[in-house]
Amino acid sequence: MGARVAVVVFPGTNCELDVAAALEALGGTPELVFHTETDLRGADAVVLPGGFAHGDYLRAGALARFSPIMAAVAEHAAAGGPLVGICNGFQILTEAGLLPGALQQNTGLKFLCRTVECRVESTRSALTRGAPAGAVLRLPINHFEGAYRCDAPTLERLHAEDRVVLRYVDNPNGSVDAIAGVTNDAGNVVGLMPHPERASDALLGSTDGIVLLESLLDARDRAPV
Amino acid sequence: MRFEARIEVTHRAGVLDPQGATVERTLPMLGYDGVRDVRIGKCIRLTLDADDRAAARAAVEEMCERLLVNPVIEAYEIELTELAPVS
Repeated sequence: MGARVAVVVFPGTNCELDVAAALEALGGTPELVFHTETDLRGADAVVLPGGFAHGDYLRAGALARFSPIMAAVAEHAAAGGPLVGICNGFQILTEAGLLPGALQQNTGLKFLCRTVECRVESTRSALTRGAPAGAVLRLPINHFEGAYRCDAPTLERLHAEDRVVLRYVDNPNGSVDAIAGVTNDAGNVVGLMPHPERASDALLGSTDGIVLLESLLDARDRAPV
Repeated sequence: MRFEARIEVTHRAGVLDPQGATVERTLPMLGYDGVRDVRIGKCIRLTLDADDRAAARAAVEEMCERLLVNPVIEAYEIELTELAPVS
């Protein structure tokens, strides 16, 4: 059986089936886990998919960290388990304090929905371990609050510890340092704004997300990172 | 005692405020020259019971730090008003 991946569903999450389908096509065993649950059922890896958890009320991702499942998610991360937040999931991880920084409105005040080029900057994360460093991936973005922000000391630390995993080739949203994805110090928690699951089949226009999702599926054999 | 708290949430100094910047560029088109430092945030109002003003402020500050404000990008100011006793 392929790696078991808990795909967490909050009220307002809308990318869970895309993520599950993409993981399944790559040999993984996704399981949807509703946010009111308190147990990840022994999953090898966890994905917080995109959408608008709890309506994005107050701030994008702000309320999701109070969902019952988040205690188990934090525990999984603390134990070195692979955890990836995609788009709204990235916003949730920053709000929950599992990743540094915050996602702010795009500088151009436009909702961005298009495929962009992202460069793999670090391969020391659960999501990029299998990707060639420096590879440029074509991945769709779909967000209004995607401008990555952090203070100067945090940015310095991210650089020093090689924790910027993906960078936009042509910064679409005003992110600091064109950051599209970051990881925690252990490399097992990753957040990114682009959607690898929407670049996982030729019919979708790009298959560049596969290398990322495959890294995640492989990550269980290496955990704790 | 009952208080009304008015919490003004704005972007932290140094954090880009795209809405404020856009409005700042628009006002001169209407003839308002010399307008600067436009900041756009949000206002949260709530009513709470507390033993005294200090306790009310402490409670609201805690709410800000734990939920209402994201300190990475936002700053806040609290204005407390004591409400007339409930009859």
